[in-house]
Amino acid sequence: MSMLNVENVHTFYGNIHALKGINLHIEQGEIVTLIGGNGAGKTTTLRTISGLLKPSEGNITLNGEDLIKYPAHEVVYKGVSMVPEGRGVFARMSVTENLEMGAYSQSDTGKLARNMERVFHLFPRLKERRAQLAGTLSGGEQQMLATGRALMAEPKLLLMDEPSMGLAPVLVELIFDIIQQINNEGVTILLVEQNALMALSIAHRGYVLQTGEIVLGDKAEQLRNDPTVQKAYLGIE
Amino acid sequence: MKKENFIWSALKIGLTSGAIAIFICLIGMVDVFSKRDVVEEVITLGQFVLLATSVMAGLLASRRTVHLLGREKWTAALVSGLAAGFISGGMVALLVLLGDKVNLRAIFLNASPVLYELLTFGKGVGNIWVLPLMGALGGLLGGAYLYLPGRISHPVNRGLFIIVFMALFAGLFRVIFINQGPEMEKVAKYLFGQTGLTKAGALIFFFGVILITVFWTYRGAAVRAGVARLPKAGQVSLRVIAIALIAIIALALPGVSGPFISQVIVTVALFILMGLGLNITLGFAGLLDLGFVAFYAIGAYTVGLLTSYGPFGLQHISFWEAIPIAVLVSIAAGFTLGLPVLGVRGDYLAIATLGFGEIVRLLAGSDFLSPYFGGPQGIIGIQKPCIGVLEPFVKMDVPRVCHPIWTGDFLFLKNITIGGELGTPQTIYFVAIAAALLVAFVAWRLRESRLGRAWMAIREDEDVAEALGINLIQTKLLAYMLGAAMAGLGGAIFATLIGSIFASSMQLIVSINVVALIIVGGMGSIPGVIVGAIALIGLPELLREISEFRYLLYGAALIAMMLAKPEGLWPSQAAKRELHHENTEAQL
Repeated sequence: MSMLNVENVHTFYGNIHALKGINLHIEQGEIVTLIGGNGAGKTTTLRTISGLLKPSEGNITLNGEDLIKYPAHEVVYKGVSMVPEGRGVFARMSVTENLEMGAYSQSDTGKLARNMERVFHLFPRLKERRAQLAGTLSGGEQQMLATGRALMAEPKLLLMDEPSMGLAPVLVELIFDIIQQINNEGVTILLVEQNALMALSIAHRGYVLQTGEIVLGDKAEQLRNDPTVQKAYLGIE
Repeated sequence: MKKENFIWSALKIGLTSGAIAIFICLIGMVDVFSKRDVVEEVITLGQFVLLATSVMAGLLASRRTVHLLGREKWTAALVSGLAAGFISGGMVALLVLLGDKVNLRAIFLNASPVLYELLTFGKGVGNIWVLPLMGALGGLLGGAYLYLPGRISHPVNRGLFIIVFMALFAGLFRVIFINQGPEMEKVAKYLFGQTGLTKAGALIFFFGVILITVFWTYRGAAVRAGVARLPKAGQVSLRVIAIALIAIIALALPGVSGPFISQVIVTVALFILMGLGLNITLGFAGLLDLGFVAFYAIGAYTVGLLTSYGPFGLQHISFWEAIPIAVLVSIAAGFTLGLPVLGVRGDYLAIATLGFGEIVRLLAGSDFLSPYFGGPQGIIGIQKPCIGVLEPFVKMDVPRVCHPIWTGDFLFLKNITIGGELGTPQTIYFVAIAAALLVAFVAWRLRESRLGRAWMAIREDEDVAEALGINLIQTKLLAYMLGAAMAGLGGAIFATLIGSIFASSMQLIVSINVVALIIVGGMGSIPGVIVGAIALIGLPELLREISEFRYLLYGAALIAMMLAKPEGLWPSQAAKRELHHENTEAQL
């Protein structure tokens, strides 16, 4: 049984048919990436899985349990955390307060301290800046904070929406290293990226999304060598 | 870019200030203010305001010049200050000349001979040269002020401020002092005249404050260090003494100050209650509510209907029994408002809540519901709170009689009364202050709670908050409900204070005042609410004589505030940090 199963999911924004029958699955311990152009439905897929959008049709199950029936704020209790697009840190709260908010779903304060140590271990920079307001952090630091905040909920599945967006190449590499590190610690990851080359270099498998439909799904290595993917997303003629 | 000429900038500043001076003449401010003195026989408030425009013009022009040319060019700076003041005064002189030839009264009601008399110090047009001269002098003073070293200008600043402050409230202080007996009356008459400070009073306050400021500048650090060196127990007892002092002053205040000031303090306390309530919905959870007066009205009407011995009284229960019911009804109203507007955000939320506030007011005052709420006649005969035994209701229009807990002699004290009816502002004061303290404590605990954190997360980003496990519906509804509870408590006390309530007193302007006091105090800050209520509600109430210009000054103060101190008078920790970081970034 797969960890996450998305079957024939249709999602609408008002009248706009954004997802037209998405099928994908994620196995325990994998990094799976979802690549595609602007408006392909990558973010919509993530928001549908996390419950912020409700599909009009289809099934989403996490370890066999129906996920759709839970409102968005309960999905996190099922072990799904999200790092939203554009980071979405709480600008007027300090780094520590942001991380504490990440543990909102956790009731154990002892765990909170342990998880905070773990995040500070992953991102020593955040520890240096823990009293600073999140709004005054640099883009890379905000991405670290958003990731750390999502980890505070001890997710089994981490949904990441464009972590490389707007970051300098050296920072992108750092973030992707950390994604791999998080994965090595046992967290399954669904990674949405426009930077397909980077995403496919760390992912186990990938899906290509085009105008609301999955057009390709394969091992990351296979996708990297696929001529259509190379042409459309990797810039290789 | 062409470098700005300092003469040109002085001219611009002078013209602007002249326009402001003419404006305050034509709206009648000078006229009204001339009946008040800053220092008796020396300067009236009207003259002071005009002089202040010249001094400000001089100060700004000189500062601009210093900015353009550098501090060493002090002659240029003083000249531009002088020029700006001269132009400012000259424009007022032109107004007098014009008014002497043409009848301006057809358009400007206040451009009367009385105004010209005042402006020329009673000597007519022949004396017109005094105005530009005074202006120039004022401008020069303003310019020279820039060159005062900080250790002189700082105490002088405070000294001038205290004179104006004491002069504005001279009448109040005089009454308070005179109430204390014949000895104090002598002191009062020495310091305060009928319309402002006496010369002696002005000198005493001015130099008194200067002495204190100078002392604190040179010795303050040593005093603070001394306190810090005290052993822990000493510091604690120092704090206890301070709190006890404040408590004694708070307890004695209504007796000392009389009904008027007590009533003002109660009004401030009621606005603090509303402000703390809105601070939860707006300050913590970021949900703008422009119809907040609705909850105040609902609290007031609930107490009115439940306790009134007038024609619309339903239950004739006591105030203390009605209070929790009023709070519960307000909470239900908060829920009723919150539910339909859950999905509405930002500007749309402001309009929706505005509508709610108006609906409540219109319904309460409508003919349609007048059999229940009295319509425009309102609800009268609201029972006062009673501490003691309340006799049962007899018949309509007869208040229930309240017996004190105990009356008699105690040792050498004759005719002591414990308890009784809280029928005056001086007694309701205690109810209002207790409620404000209680609610401030609740608000503070809420902010530190898990719920408080959830509100702040929603304020920052609803989607992220939801993804982190925060139930938006529940959290937002709680914000509306708890905010409403606090406003409802305020309304309930208001009803019993006034003894009657009318839908017409639940105007939109009340809601706007509450939003304004939160912004002025500092969004999301609990002490900010208190400071904001004192500044925006208390001070204007005390300055009743100038109530004509209340909203003009109010608006000007709000604009000045947003330009100079956008984080509020007493900002929350987060807002302070935010600004602090902006500053450090700007330096880098």
